[in-house]
Amino acid sequence: MATFEFVLPELGEGMEAGDVVQVLVSLGESITEEQPVLELETDKAVVEVPAPVSGTVKAIHVQAGDKAAVGQLLLTVETPAATAAAAQAPRTPPPATVSLPLPSEHGENRTATDTVVPRPPEPPAHTAPAPLVQSRTAASPAPEQPSELPHPAVPAAPSVRQLAREIGVDINQVQGSGAGGRISLEDVKRYARDLHARLARQPLRGALPSVALPDFTKWGAVERQPMSNVRRATAERMTQSWVTIPHVTQFDKADITDLEQLRQRYDAQRAQSARGKLTITAIVLKVVAAALKRFPQFNASVDMTTYEVIHKTYYHIGVAVDTDRGLLVPVIRHVDQKNILELSVELTQLAERARSRKTTLEEMQGGTFTITNLGGLGGTNFTPIINAPEVAILGLARSSLEPVYNDSTGQFTPRLMLPLALSYDHRLIDGANGVRFLRWVVEALQQPFLLALEG
Amino acid sequence: MPGTPQATQLAIIGGGPGGYAAAFLAADLGLQVTLIDQEPHPGGVCLYRGCIPSKALLHVAKVLADARQATNWGVTFAEPTIDVGKLRIWKEGVVRKLTGGLGDLCKRRGVTFVQGRAAFVDATTLIVQTTQGEEQHLTFAQAIVATGSRPTTLPHLTLDSPRLLDSTSALALSDIPQTLLVIGGGYIGLEMGSVYAALGTQVSVVEMTSGLLPGVDRDLVNLLAARLKQSLAAIMLNTTVVAMHAEPNGIRVTFEGSEVQEPQQVFDKVLVAVGRRPNVQGLGLENTRVEITPGGFITVDAQRRTTEPTIYAIGDVAGEPMLAHKASHEGRVAARAIAGHKVAFEPHAIPAVVFTDPEIAWCGLTETQAKQEERAIEVARFPWGASGRATTLDRNDGVTKLILDPSTSRILGVGIAGSGAGELIAEGVLAVEMASLASDLALSIHPHPTLSETLMEAAEVFFGQSTHVYRPQRRRSSAAPRVGLAALDGLEESG
Repeated sequence: MATFEFVLPELGEGMEAGDVVQVLVSLGESITEEQPVLELETDKAVVEVPAPVSGTVKAIHVQAGDKAAVGQLLLTVETPAATAAAAQAPRTPPPATVSLPLPSEHGENRTATDTVVPRPPEPPAHTAPAPLVQSRTAASPAPEQPSELPHPAVPAAPSVRQLAREIGVDINQVQGSGAGGRISLEDVKRYARDLHARLARQPLRGALPSVALPDFTKWGAVERQPMSNVRRATAERMTQSWVTIPHVTQFDKADITDLEQLRQRYDAQRAQSARGKLTITAIVLKVVAAALKRFPQFNASVDMTTYEVIHKTYYHIGVAVDTDRGLLVPVIRHVDQKNILELSVELTQLAERARSRKTTLEEMQGGTFTITNLGGLGGTNFTPIINAPEVAILGLARSSLEPVYNDSTGQFTPRLMLPLALSYDHRLIDGANGVRFLRWVVEALQQPFLLALEG
Repeated sequence: MPGTPQATQLAIIGGGPGGYAAAFLAADLGLQVTLIDQEPHPGGVCLYRGCIPSKALLHVAKVLADARQATNWGVTFAEPTIDVGKLRIWKEGVVRKLTGGLGDLCKRRGVTFVQGRAAFVDATTLIVQTTQGEEQHLTFAQAIVATGSRPTTLPHLTLDSPRLLDSTSALALSDIPQTLLVIGGGYIGLEMGSVYAALGTQVSVVEMTSGLLPGVDRDLVNLLAARLKQSLAAIMLNTTVVAMHAEPNGIRVTFEGSEVQEPQQVFDKVLVAVGRRPNVQGLGLENTRVEITPGGFITVDAQRRTTEPTIYAIGDVAGEPMLAHKASHEGRVAARAIAGHKVAFEPHAIPAVVFTDPEIAWCGLTETQAKQEERAIEVARFPWGASGRATTLDRNDGVTKLILDPSTSRILGVGIAGSGAGELIAEGVLAVEMASLASDLALSIHPHPTLSETLMEAAEVFFGQSTHVYRPQRRRSSAAPRVGLAALDGLEESG
């Protein structure tokens, strides 16, 4: 027998830590490889962490509510000697089903937190990124230091360390040009210059503006609470989207009187027997997939570092779901290849999974467009924020009966009108195309048969 | 009743090397400073009852030892006559001169010096009891606690006898006893033991652990131990004192341990030197949010700010190592931080010196520490047997060693045992702080013939090329490329 120390693997690029929701094993329990042992809440998802080896749980080092960082010891597992050696050697992050928590098509983008303090472009000799585990140990306080000497001490003279501190440069980030990697005054200055230049070139990326807060206690008692991971991710991503993307929101209304009759009929007839719910959202999904095919600009991303437009040949549409943990956006794949009935079933399941925290990170990635339906709650209209790196989002508000003037009869008749709001990225999409896209969606909703005809 | 409340910008409690360094710099930076200490002048334990008087006496001990050794060189002095009264007066003169000088500096800088005791009433108020018996409140914007430490006492070995000494009463030098037992083989015990031994006392040292100066690299300690075996009456290792009884002609001490020869012995005097404890009691810290660690130190951050934002702490009360020069540096950091500068206490090397004969000094990473942390290091040793200067001094009992990072040849630590090691270590501190490589030391010309050359030659030993140490095979022919090695090779070619 051998002992295997199971540390939290990197479950996805950029994932550094999460909250332990639940420990799924108990002391002395036999576990098999790939068996989920822990539920971890990371940005936007609860991830099941699988065991890397089979064996017996000898010790559990975390409990529900703990924060767990990559590299942190989770379990001690007693294993048959042979498998332990095999498992310890590669130490591959297990699940392919879990990767980058936030949608990102190109490595540059990452999450907002990643870009707050950009690292300098490293010289060629140092292109290999430092192993994550190593940087962790460097950052965490050394446990048994007899005094507070930094460990390992950065190779820079006291005067150089002082300059860095004064001008707000983290000396540990500076690449030394001297012998043995020694950092000179010039190195610190160059780093600071480069940092400024880079920030000037990318004035918006990652620059999350923060406004100094007043002392609220002057006016009464306050309570500070940490943001949940979901809240934080939403806050960071929405801010980033808002400051990087020039948003335009186009409004319109669709007469869905006929569509609503069809919806009610088929919801009862077909959808419910298939354990789905035929909602307007499910129908809009199908309509939007068809619109995206017709207007490929809306199924794209913008790469401002290379000034390229990235067109996607797949149609994965995210649907915003309101949960008790906050806003989640699970993605339905290949919407264009599914019929409305299939979509309604999938949408129902996806929403349930999101609300019961079962959605995986993978299920929330790779979207090309997002639909957000607030109609169930009310409101006449709203301006949705684009789910970057997508370039457009369609918002649905509450439909209502309105008097509509009928040209042929010369009379006002009550019609069920659905307010729509399309926010798009003006870097890529011009106003005319915005109107064309939304008009096409409205037409499709008003004449359901067109979808079968053309979609 | 307290008198009229006074106000100050910065109040500093404790006028030792930490407190007065902070006070002087803060005043230079334009702050209004009040310095409170129980003594008539700043100086603290270091000047009044520690570093300074002990070094004055150790200097005398060195002269006595040198005079005796002169017989080897054909110069024989008569047995010295020691006038302990005069010696005491000289020592006290040294203390008076230095502390008086500090008092003068205080005045010139406009620092208000209050002789008395202070305790916190809350996070911005002190109650100060002056030596004249006045009591008044002093409000402050910031305060620095610099109250230092006191000798640790052994509760089970308390004895109300003038024969039982601590470092303070030992330094008072009331007389020269025939026999002295020093409990504790740390630096204070060995320094004071050396002084008394030189003055003619039969000194025995008892140490609980298996070696003198616990925690210090053994190769350095061994050189000292070899000489102490000659100058001291006995060194008892792995031995504890379990009982002490006052008798008319001395203190009867009972020893316990596997190597004990005589379990009961009588000594004229007994010096307890088993360490020091931070002074955190009686300061009213409980009236603030200042936190104390389990070890009894005040919790501070890199700016030496405590968990109470208006209060800072420096020196012995703020953590190990309890050394005057560390306190002074912290004092300057705290003063700058209070003045709004962006500073931090972030030394790479805090030197430590044991002023015995030979002296032991080290800084930065030690071999012992590297082993504990399982860090890969290389050690380059230059034995003083190969030093011309050491030979002229008839003191070849020394070694200079560098602790190096094997991949970069960066100097991470320096250890020296030998005559004058305390002066030599300063260059080691500079080397470590400057992130010097072995080649930086090897390529810097050192004056000949001096002991400082041993640092340069230790760096040459690292490259297997020391002038005065011959090694038949170059130690590192196929090792990973070294920055310094290439530089040295280049030098050879051009030369």
